[in-house]
Amino acid sequence: MRKQLCDALVARAATPRMVFLTGDLGFMALEPLQTALGERFINAGVAEQNMVSVAAAMARQGMDTWVYSIAPFCYARPFEQIRNDIAFHDLPVRLIGNGGGYGYGVMGPTHHAIEDYGVLLTLPNLRVYVPVFDEDVPAVIEHAGREKKAVYIRLGRGEQPADYAVPDYSPWRELVRGQAAPVVAVGPLASTYISALQSLPIEKRPSLWAVAELPLAHHGLPESLALAIEAHGRVCVAEEHVARGGFASELCLYMMQHGMTAKLVHLHAKAHHYDRYGSQAYLRAQSGLDPQSLLQAIEGN
Amino acid sequence: MKSLLDTKQLAAIRRRLLQMHHESGVGHIGGNLSSIDALALLFNERIGDRDAFVLSKGHSAGALYIALWSAGKLREEDLGTFHKDDTLLAGHPPARGIAEIMFATGSLGHGLSLAAGTALARRLQGMEGHTFCLTSDGEWQEGSTWEALIFAAHRRLTNLTVLVDHNGLQGFGHTDEVASMFPLFDRLKGFDVDLQVVSGHDLDAMRAALDTPSDRLKIIVLETTKGKGVSFMENRMEWHYLPLKEPHYSLALEELSRA
Repeated sequence: MRKQLCDALVARAATPRMVFLTGDLGFMALEPLQTALGERFINAGVAEQNMVSVAAAMARQGMDTWVYSIAPFCYARPFEQIRNDIAFHDLPVRLIGNGGGYGYGVMGPTHHAIEDYGVLLTLPNLRVYVPVFDEDVPAVIEHAGREKKAVYIRLGRGEQPADYAVPDYSPWRELVRGQAAPVVAVGPLASTYISALQSLPIEKRPSLWAVAELPLAHHGLPESLALAIEAHGRVCVAEEHVARGGFASELCLYMMQHGMTAKLVHLHAKAHHYDRYGSQAYLRAQSGLDPQSLLQAIEGN
Repeated sequence: MKSLLDTKQLAAIRRRLLQMHHESGVGHIGGNLSSIDALALLFNERIGDRDAFVLSKGHSAGALYIALWSAGKLREEDLGTFHKDDTLLAGHPPARGIAEIMFATGSLGHGLSLAAGTALARRLQGMEGHTFCLTSDGEWQEGSTWEALIFAAHRRLTNLTVLVDHNGLQGFGHTDEVASMFPLFDRLKGFDVDLQVVSGHDLDAMRAALDTPSDRLKIIVLETTKGKGVSFMENRMEWHYLPLKEPHYSLALEELSRA
């Protein structure tokens, strides 16, 4: 999604108050933005804690402030700076983490971000965007740019089938229609399930919902999804995030608060417990997040 | 230019600082007394409506509140709420509610970055005014402070002045015995900055350092005494934390009255 990100930000670059900070990342991707912004493109160096505090202060001065790094370096190292300097002061800094989840697969566990949105959503005044398709990025940047709150954008890579018509961006979208108990997937992981689910006969096919904005309380559940969960008494959640603090936890709380009763099947990232490493697809499969594992999980719905 | 402070006014400011700590029963007095001269100077003589200030050593909030009071930015009745329930005057600077306090600090190692971001944003937007930041010496043990220094020096933020309260004592020992960076001056001068060392208790020396023009980031290391002005507190680590009770309070007031 970096190409789409760069294009979307270049389109905003004429805004004189816009400033973009990177932690020395973006080679072979963000050069057009660097050219468009000039001195307002700030390579803050390999110093994420300073970068985030600087960004908070720039937002405090009224600047339209964007911060970029790869996902783990964007939130884990400077967590206290996000908490104290951005969230406590309710400043609209836009944090962009590239390669969320297992996006940097074989680069190893230091480069994975599988607890990012769970950790960040414990903070006040912060919202999360997880675009599902590359085509979502312009809309996500536009939405994030309008937010009065801090934002964390977890970028990944859409993997929909070539002939799939991507629906317009929305916090919730039903990507595949079906009659079996629904599947909810967070972000780009949803796009990886389209083919597998489309191959099922309609009566055995779950509806596939993609969620792209968190926390859940901000938008709530779409009515038709809530009705489907209640009708089947079952829902499957898939997310490239550890079990604790993820979307499934939020959904359980939401359902209980709304008097909904359903069995939850949760497919989630394993918490760095691997002996071997590999690509994002390999690590998803190790976690049981690949399409085949999903089909097994929903068997008997 | 505002009217100049003198040593009698500084003694009165110190007495008011001790009164506030005595009435609230809280500590952090030593580092407040080491930094109060610089803070009073800044808010009474240098910081105007277009300027900005970040207290990176947030544990000296008491000194900041008293400096603001001395400059007419806080009321007498505000000081009476210090550390009490429903107060704006928390033990460390609050996130909102006091115009001159831009950021809640208290976790060390944030303030210099916040000040650098403020200065850079103002420069990019063509705004006038100057940003000041006061750090402790102990917080140079935080890596993020050095990240901020590298950033601010590299960008030649001439609209930013960093002051270091170099009192040599931290929470649980002498700074040079805990994790030494002494002499701090030598560590800092390796960077492309305008570095000055003056007494943090000499108003004229501080004025001269502040007023010297520079084409680089300016850092003023203030040689200070923790607990300055009260003999039994000076250079005593315990006064980093101890509350000010009797008979120490009366003894301290008596000393300051003779100053």
